[in-house]
Amino acid sequence: MRAISFEHVCFSYGGEEGAFSLNDICLTVEEGEFVAVLGQNGSGKSTLARLCNGLLSPHSGRIVVMGTDASGSAADIFEIRKNVGVVFQNPDNQTVASIVEDDVAFGPENIGLPREEIGRRIDFALRAVGMEDYRRATPARLSGGQKQRIAIAGVLAVMPKILILDESTAMLDPRGRREVMDVIRRLNRENGMTVLLITHFMEEALLADRAFVMHRGEIVMRGTPREIFSRADELETYSLSLPAAGQISRKLQQKGFPVATCLQPEELAKEIERCASGQNI
Amino acid sequence: MKDVTFGQYYPVDSFVHKCDPRMKILFLIGYLVAVFLSADFYGLAACAAVLVLCVAFSRVPVKSVLRSVKGVLFLIVFTAILNLLFYRGETTVVIADVPLRWWIFNITVEGIRFMIFVMCRIFMLVMISAVLTLTTTPVSLTDGLESLLTPLKWIRVPVHALALIMSIALRMIPTLMDEIERIMNAQRARGADFSHGGPVKRVKAIIPVLVPLLLSALRRAEELGDAMEARCYTGSRTRTRYKKLTFTWRDLLLALLLAALIAGVVLMNVYLPPIL
Repeated sequence: MRAISFEHVCFSYGGEEGAFSLNDICLTVEEGEFVAVLGQNGSGKSTLARLCNGLLSPHSGRIVVMGTDASGSAADIFEIRKNVGVVFQNPDNQTVASIVEDDVAFGPENIGLPREEIGRRIDFALRAVGMEDYRRATPARLSGGQKQRIAIAGVLAVMPKILILDESTAMLDPRGRREVMDVIRRLNRENGMTVLLITHFMEEALLADRAFVMHRGEIVMRGTPREIFSRADELETYSLSLPAAGQISRKLQQKGFPVATCLQPEELAKEIERCASGQNI
Repeated sequence: MKDVTFGQYYPVDSFVHKCDPRMKILFLIGYLVAVFLSADFYGLAACAAVLVLCVAFSRVPVKSVLRSVKGVLFLIVFTAILNLLFYRGETTVVIADVPLRWWIFNITVEGIRFMIFVMCRIFMLVMISAVLTLTTTPVSLTDGLESLLTPLKWIRVPVHALALIMSIALRMIPTLMDEIERIMNAQRARGADFSHGGPVKRVKAIIPVLVPLLLSALRRAEELGDAMEARCYTGSRTRTRYKKLTFTWRDLLLALLLAALIAGVVLMNVYLPPIL
């Protein structure tokens, strides 16, 4: 089944007349897929996330999420929000309660589940993000990565089919970022969760099955992350760069070393080793 | 500043801590009634005995409970002085043949008795409120209040929304504290001085902190609103609650104690000879 489909979607914050924040977007995400959306600040990628769960509605075009039209009635939007969980950038601005389990319970309470079921969902969600020991903790005293994992648990407790991460690692330190990415990857691989990862960290996009590059409200590149990163010059015109390993391997190529373009650090290390032994340095 | 938490919850495990917050709130109200019903020292003595019981079974150090009285010490002293000077008694106190009466002031024996009476009253009210806030987290206080106010839903008071606002406010306090710290540090780095100068100068230095704080609070509110909506919040009546408050034998004991106190105070008022 198709998880998300955008057909010629246009949207603008300035009303119908204003400049378009999103212009004629067409895209599809299949169920179980891991899709990354890349782009500079202001490229419209966050707008995309908000359109997916009815926080914004398009001015023209059609958005269908798990078979439900996202510009439909309030009941339709409620249905979509049960299916689409969105994790935002700042964990501090997503927590509603002073105790972890109360916060995770917020979503299930909103959809009117009975108490026992809410309890089960808290267990499930906290286990899924590896925070089951922090049930009675206070979010304010946790680290950034832990807070964001609680935010993900809060979203998971609603048991959505699709998880959208809107720059959810942007405010975290490298360790927190790794914690969060591990959780997301596991959810995708093991639970079959459809993931739409909106980011400007190129390393994160490497985990995705497919990627889109957005620039000024339009989708300008699409393909597997490797395909996209193989067009480094084109990426640069959209003010994006390769992952660090890719940049280093390109610099080496420019200096005349016969290394292949690598995207992962481990790959690059092997390449450099091979190249060095070949030249007997 | 990170450890500043709202209220003064004292985290130990005790009889009073385990009581249902609703019962504790009702007990507080009932206790206030008992204190004000007491027409004489007999009643107050009974109230004081109950207070001692409450403090003892809360396992909170007496020092911590007394600390809360410090905040209202001025109020107590002020009321005491007013009562001392203006109480309309009959027997003026005489010290070394000088009657303590001057202009409109008249210090009487009855006045002194009444002053002590009023001081005891305020002292006990403050102490019992302190026991409540020391043994109940702000979160469960909010839950308790929401549950107690539920009947107001019939007259269309949005009790649930109010409770949610309260709990979000509580949850935001540490976040905003961090924010204040950050803004103040940013201002300090640019030469702002918060710790010197007179009161006017200090207040003026706070204004450049408040404006960005307000702006950021508004921005946070908007993001939080989006996040809540994204988590299916609609404010509808079909919303359920995970946390359920349950009355236990402890709460029954507390209720019995309260009933006994109020009955005792009323009986003492009727049958015991007045001291005042």
